Amino acid sequence: MTFAVLTAFGGGLLIGSAAVFLKAATGHILGVSGILGNAVSRSAGSWRWAFLAGVVGAAVVMRGMGVLLPASFSQLGWERLLVAGLLTGAGTRLANGCTSGHGVCGLGNLSGRSLIAVLVFMGTAGLVVFFQHSGSWFP
Amino acid sequence: MKAVAAGFCGFIFALGLMVSGMADPANVLGFLDVTGAWNPLLAFVMGGAVAVTLPGFWWLRHRQVTGLASDKAQHWPKRWPPDVALVMGAILFGIGWGLTGVCPGPALVLLGLDGWKAWLLVAGILLGWKGTQYLQTGRAR
Repeated sequence: MTFAVLTAFGGGLLIGSAAVFLKAATGHILGVSGILGNAVSRSAGSWRWAFLAGVVGAAVVMRGMGVLLPASFSQLGWERLLVAGLLTGAGTRLANGCTSGHGVCGLGNLSGRSLIAVLVFMGTAGLVVFFQHSGSWFP
Repeated sequence: MKAVAAGFCGFIFALGLMVSGMADPANVLGFLDVTGAWNPLLAFVMGGAVAVTLPGFWWLRHRQVTGLASDKAQHWPKRWPPDVALVMGAILFGIGWGLTGVCPGPALVLLGLDGWKAWLLVAGILLGWKGTQYLQTGRAR
């Protein structure tokens, strides 16, 4: 557990560094939902596609080094993934951000809007997990 | 130059997600499972990330750094006030996040780790995002 705490904190430092460097270099907030959504548009800058390629590319490199797809993800049903994806897409567009934009960047930017968003989406997600204990009502 | 920097940031960001264990939905769901066997890892990840963004963004704000790219001034999202869309959106996203334990960043990482199912998730996110954008801009006109 202590090792996991260290890698968690260290991974967090990498994530935060990426956010600050992206802000300094491009002027943009590292918010994955916004970068993804805005990448598919006529006015999408090449930096968005480069960022997305960097994210997926890092995973491809790790896969080459033997990192496997987590079993907890392989177990998820396709209906659940599609519904969750639609909700996540609609929600992050309405709220203007997800865990990276509001959490990593918004909290670091001392944003009250982001603090509210983080508390609401974490609270809601916690409730969903809690209610699922009362039986698997979704594939 | 801007694209190279962005690609590098994406790479480091994804490495951070994988090193921290956040690409594994089990760790995320374990954090959300407050009444069960609670797994605090996500708090350490967020703590580590904010430990960098807090002083980093403060410095960028106060130095008025305009970035490497000359065309784009620093874009800072408004910090206040909250509105209905923010709260409604956070609730919808929270439901989606709670169903899988995967938010948009890790979804892209899982895509690279060869999950055909991750394509389904990312396609759903894009569809939901673009659909909502279409509804919003349609109403605005």
